[in-house]
Amino acid sequence: MKMALTGADAAAYAMKQINPDVLPMYPITPQTQIVMKFSEYVANGEVNTELITAESEHSAMSSAIGSSAAGARTMTATSSNGLALMHEIVYIASSMRLPIVMNVVNRALSGPINIHCDHSDSMAERDSGWIQIYNENPQEVYDHNLMAIKLSEDSNILLPTMVLQDGFITSHAMESLNVEADSKVKSFIGKKKYEGYLLDSKNPKTFGAIDLTDYYMEHKYQQHLAIKEVEGKLKTIYKEFEEKFGRKYNVIEEYNTKDSEIVFVAMSSSCGTIRHRINEMKKDGYNVGLIKVRLFRPFPIDEIVKALKDKKKIIVLDRANSPGAIGGPLYEDIVSATKDYKLNIYNIIYGLGGRNFAPKDVDEILLKVVKNQPFVDFHGVRR
Amino acid sequence: MMNFNEFVKSPSAIASGHRLCAGCGAAVVGKLVTKALGENIVVANATGCLEVATTIYPYSAWKVPFIHNAFENAAATISGVESAYNSLKKQGKIKKDIKFVAFGGDGGTYDIGLQSLSGALERGHNFIYILYDNEAYMNTGIQRSSSTPFGANTTTSPSGSVIPGKIKNKKPITEIIAAHKIPYVAQASPSHYMDLIKKIEKAKSIEGPAFINIISPCVLGWKYPADKTIEMARLAVESNVWPLYEVIDGEKWILNNEPKNPIPVIDYLKEQGRFKHLFKKENKDMLKKIQDEVNHNFEMLKKKSEFSKDF
Repeated sequence: MKMALTGADAAAYAMKQINPDVLPMYPITPQTQIVMKFSEYVANGEVNTELITAESEHSAMSSAIGSSAAGARTMTATSSNGLALMHEIVYIASSMRLPIVMNVVNRALSGPINIHCDHSDSMAERDSGWIQIYNENPQEVYDHNLMAIKLSEDSNILLPTMVLQDGFITSHAMESLNVEADSKVKSFIGKKKYEGYLLDSKNPKTFGAIDLTDYYMEHKYQQHLAIKEVEGKLKTIYKEFEEKFGRKYNVIEEYNTKDSEIVFVAMSSSCGTIRHRINEMKKDGYNVGLIKVRLFRPFPIDEIVKALKDKKKIIVLDRANSPGAIGGPLYEDIVSATKDYKLNIYNIIYGLGGRNFAPKDVDEILLKVVKNQPFVDFHGVRR
Repeated sequence: MMNFNEFVKSPSAIASGHRLCAGCGAAVVGKLVTKALGENIVVANATGCLEVATTIYPYSAWKVPFIHNAFENAAATISGVESAYNSLKKQGKIKKDIKFVAFGGDGGTYDIGLQSLSGALERGHNFIYILYDNEAYMNTGIQRSSSTPFGANTTTSPSGSVIPGKIKNKKPITEIIAAHKIPYVAQASPSHYMDLIKKIEKAKSIEGPAFINIISPCVLGWKYPADKTIEMARLAVESNVWPLYEVIDGEKWILNNEPKNPIPVIDYLKEQGRFKHLFKKENKDMLKKIQDEVNHNFEMLKKKSEFSKDF
């Protein structure tokens, strides 16, 4: 069925169909649209969900942990400073191996305070042990909410997932997308297992015990092993999803890369802008490619290497800066992944705090790249 | 209500062999509370002595389902567990009745966890919050909290040559919680254990949030011999430093114990090393200030209880 939904409403609609047992939440722009919409579903009795209207994001994530550790299917949503306020508890969720799914609507971190999109909020959580899937449009947001539940709850994974979309650009822009029937969604995501958690009083368990020098490292290693399973599992889920719903995904997505010597590497909504310019340039006889990184944590190293190793010039777009580091977070991962090949990799820090990224910016960046040796620089800033 | 024999036989959720100090007040409080609550409970515990010393991996002293999340979020965590229960029960996936309990020390309740507790109380989750109040950050080495009483020597309010220990008053947390107008708030002491059991049973029987503040003397922080814990709690009650009372719906104040001849506060203070410096000549005024404050607070409490007796 076709529906016209914003990215935020697409997330809320998927959450309605998932019908989580518990949803703790706290409002923050631009995520608020998701929990407002979901609150209507609760108020109208369209879901069984217990809504916890927490007094902060810190408590929202804390309640999500309590709920998930009790065995309940648990979802939440946040943005920016809200995610930063959760930071301490975000790590506890993944180390307790709780399959919480959180929609993150990317927004620049303060300060200065800003409400618009960049990826500084979620990049600050990239070492938290959560799975991170970056989405370009409402369709991807909808689809990946469904798949994230399946992925997180897999007994070999049991890790929380952030389903990300760009604040305002995706969250508040309406697009036509395919949504599936409730019954099909239900059978795709499957049932949540409840046994073995806190409400199982016949089998009392202690969650969150203290590890000293003798066990902490082993438990961190188990998390390390678990997140390594994610890429393979997600590919299996992608296959199943395609068979059931007909939409094909991969952990990265290549566009016009076959004969192009120059490729962009980017994430989320900017990929649409780049793809649009690629199509136009093709008419003029220029071949430029795009590699969209969808799964950022775990980083799909082999796929990235395969896609990049023969390229002449690689332009990595980072919508977040890592002040004082060599480049942005995506750039550093790309450089590390391809360290065995002597590649010309450029890094562009762009779009911070919602600074517009238009088709003309694609051209300007290309011009700079063609004329220069590899560099790391800002684009679109007044100096 | 349980009689004394039933209470003695009732199992505690905390097994022996935990690593709390000899004479630890929190251990006594944890055992008394869980004995009174019975088996069908889920416990959330804020970071602190009770949590750290009972759950050193791969061991756990807890015989009931237990979760520790972080320092400031025991109330938010138990909110999540209770909501999960409500959701699953509503959907018919769980049948049995379970009661939810959160334990926090004074650091995790008066200070860093106050916001999350206030939120959980306002939302009206069905849970009991047990504050074991040992009047400082004991787990990190006796630093002052907003619960530390006036005059006490701690490692961050040391009695120096210029500043004589903590110079701020203790925050009135029980009154702050009562102001949330939740169904049941009480203050209790392990020295008056039948009163404590009664309060736990009351808290268990009501729907909605209940809060009980229990004095938890600390051997290392208060500096007294390890066999005097219950005596310290008793002296606190008998001197009116720690009055035993209940507040129903934030409005009806009930004084449970009115000592006919309250002992002087100095009889309580002089037993504890943390107040030793107050007995120097130059700090005499501080002792008087403490006694005046205790008298004033107790008078206020009496007035509230008289004023609201017909509510």
